[in-house]
Amino acid sequence: MSELPSVAIEGVAFWHTRLPGWTIARAVMCGEQDAPAASAARPTPSLLAPTERRRAPDTVALALEVAARACEAANRSPAQLRSVFASTYGDLGISDYMCATLAGTPTLISPTKFHNSVHNAAAGYWTIGTSSHASYTAISAYRYTFASAVLEAATQVACDGQPVVCVAFDVESKGPLGTVAPSRGLLGAALVLAALRSESQRGLSLRIAQGSAADITPARSPAAPLVAENALAPCLPFFEVLAHSMSGNVTLALSDHCLLHAQVS
Amino acid sequence: MAQQRFRPLRVTAYTVCTAAGIGRAATLTALDQRRSGLTRNDFGPSPLATWIGRVPGLEQQALPAEWAEWECRNNRLAWRGLVADDFAEVVAAARERYGAERIAVVIGTSTASIGASEDAYRRLEPDGRYPADLRRPIVHTPHSLGDFVQHALALRGIAVTVATACSSSAKVFGQAERLIRAGLADAAVVGGVDTLCGSTLFGFNSLELIASERCRPFDVARHGINIGEAAGFALLEREAESGAWLLGYGESSDAHHMSSPHPEGIGARRAVHDALESAQLTPASIDYINLHGTASLKNDEVEARLVADLFPSRTFASSTKGWTGHTLGAAGIVEAAISLIALDNGLLPGTLNTEQLDPACGPQIRRENEQRRVQRALSFSFGFGGSNSVLAFGRGDVR
Repeated sequence: MSELPSVAIEGVAFWHTRLPGWTIARAVMCGEQDAPAASAARPTPSLLAPTERRRAPDTVALALEVAARACEAANRSPAQLRSVFASTYGDLGISDYMCATLAGTPTLISPTKFHNSVHNAAAGYWTIGTSSHASYTAISAYRYTFASAVLEAATQVACDGQPVVCVAFDVESKGPLGTVAPSRGLLGAALVLAALRSESQRGLSLRIAQGSAADITPARSPAAPLVAENALAPCLPFFEVLAHSMSGNVTLALSDHCLLHAQVS
Repeated sequence: MAQQRFRPLRVTAYTVCTAAGIGRAATLTALDQRRSGLTRNDFGPSPLATWIGRVPGLEQQALPAEWAEWECRNNRLAWRGLVADDFAEVVAAARERYGAERIAVVIGTSTASIGASEDAYRRLEPDGRYPADLRRPIVHTPHSLGDFVQHALALRGIAVTVATACSSSAKVFGQAERLIRAGLADAAVVGGVDTLCGSTLFGFNSLELIASERCRPFDVARHGINIGEAAGFALLEREAESGAWLLGYGESSDAHHMSSPHPEGIGARRAVHDALESAQLTPASIDYINLHGTASLKNDEVEARLVADLFPSRTFASSTKGWTGHTLGAAGIVEAAISLIALDNGLLPGTLNTEQLDPACGPQIRRENEQRRVQRALSFSFGFGGSNSVLAFGRGDVR
C-alpha cells in the first residue's frame, strides 16, 4: 500500500514577487489575466510585533504571509493548527551574511542573525505570532522540498485527523553562495489540509511510486517563466492544477527514483 | 476518514559516534568509565576559548570516491556513523527484505554542511566564485545530509531532512513513524549528523551561551554549553523479532522566543505529556530520562523544575552532555542511542563534570552512574524556535 486516504484542501495561498497573491496567480495560471509588470514589495508580516516586522528576514515575511492567507481561506484559527514548514535553502541572505562574516570577523556575528539563521526560524516566528503550542516541523529535500512537505502534511492528517498548514518558501540568493544555490525572487505557497468532511470539498489523493525525472509533470502555464528561477519552482505544476476548478492529476518527485502522484478532485 | 492508531515500532539497529566514542561498545565504555570526550577547542583558524566534543580523524578520512560529490566534514561523519556497528549492512539486509523503495530516510541536522560554504567563503576565487573543489551544489543545501544517506545506503524511496535546530534528530522518529503507520514505508532509517563549524561556535558565542570551561549541566555554577559533533542512526521496523521499542513520542511548540525556552516550560511539559499518553505510560513507570541538559542557565533551570514537578524520586534523570558536548541537530539521536544503551545494558549514566547540583533540581537528577534494570526510558530534546520533542523507548513486553 503506497497511497494515503484522500484529505481535504481547505485553503490555498500563493505569493511570488510577480504574482502577489493566489487570486492574481490563479488568474495568470489560467490565462485569464497578464501578470503585473512591476514586482511587488515583500509582504508585511503583520503577525509580528511592529518592532519585529521591519527586521524580519525575507523568509519569515514570506512564510508568515502565505501561512496566514491559507488559514484565512480555510476559515481556521492558526493557533489550533499543526504546521509543516519547508524550504529548499532556508534564508540564503542570512547564510551569505554568516559565511562572509565568519571569513572576516567571526567574533562580530550578530546574535539576532544567528538565531534567525536556523532552518526553523519561520516556523518559530509563526508559532510565536499565532500563540500556537501545536507541533511544527521544518524540512528540506533539495528540489523535492515542496512534494516532501505536502506528503508530510497529508500523512499527519491521515494518521491523526488534525488539520495541518503546509508552508513552503524560497527567497533570492545573495553573494557567492548564489553561484551554487541559485534562486531569484520570493516564492511562497501554503495549503491547509484536513480530514475530508463532505463530497463538495476539494480533495487531494496522494500515491507514491517509482519513476524518474522524465515522469514529472512540467509547468505549462504563463506563470511558469515568471517563477522558473526560484528554487521552489517545482511546486508550480501542483498549483496549476489547483488553479482550475475541475479535477486533475500532477506528478512531482520525492527523491531521485520516487514519485508523488497527486490527484486533485 | 479512519485514523490509524499509533503502534510501537521496533528499533532493530542503532549506532552512535561522538567525541566520547565511535559505536555502541565504545560509547558504553566511556559512559561506564566516566571518560569525557570534551577537549580544548582547536577547531578552525581562530578558535574561541571553550571546550568542544570533536570526533578525531575526520580530516584524514575522505569519503569513498563514489561519494565524492557529497564530500564535506558533515558527510564524512555521516559515513563514519553508517559503517559503525555494521549499521549499513543491517540496512542492506532490510533492503533485500523490503525493497529499496520501501525504506524511508528521515534524517535531522541543524547546520548540515554549512561548514563547506564557510570554507568556500574563505577561499573565494578573485572573481567571487567558489573554489572549483566546492562547486558542488548539493553540499550547499540543508538536504546534503539526507541525500547522501539515501545514496550511500542505495535506497530509492522517500528521503527528507528535518532541520528544527536541536530537536531535529528526535523529531525524525515521529515523522518516520507516521510514514510507516500510513503504509508509505515498511521501515525507516532515522538519525542525524551535525559537525563543528564556525556558524555554531561563533553563533552561540554571540548569544553568550558558550562556556569557557567544560560544560557542567545542572550545576549551580554552570556557565553555558560546549558544542560537539556527532552522527547517529537507527533502523525502525514495523515487524521484527527483537529490538527495543519506540513506544511513543510527543512534539510541541513553546510559542515564546526564538532562542530562549518558555520560563514555565509550557511546550516541554506538553511534549512530555503527549509522549507518555501515546506510549500509554505514567511518569511512575519511567526508569530513566536522558535530559536535554545543555548546561545553559535557562534550559537547565526550566528542565529541572519540570522533572521535579512531574516525576517520582525513583526516576533516574541525567544529562550526558558532559561526555559529548551539545551535538545540536544530532543531540536527539545521540541521546536516543544513549537511552537505548541504558535499556540494553542497565547502565544509567549520571551527569559528568557537575559538582554541585542547582537547588532547582529534584532527587531525580543524579551525578553518579548507577547499574540497575531499565525497562522504560524517555529522551528530551528542546530546540531554538521553541521546538520540543520527547521520545519514549522500552524493552521486553511492550506495555
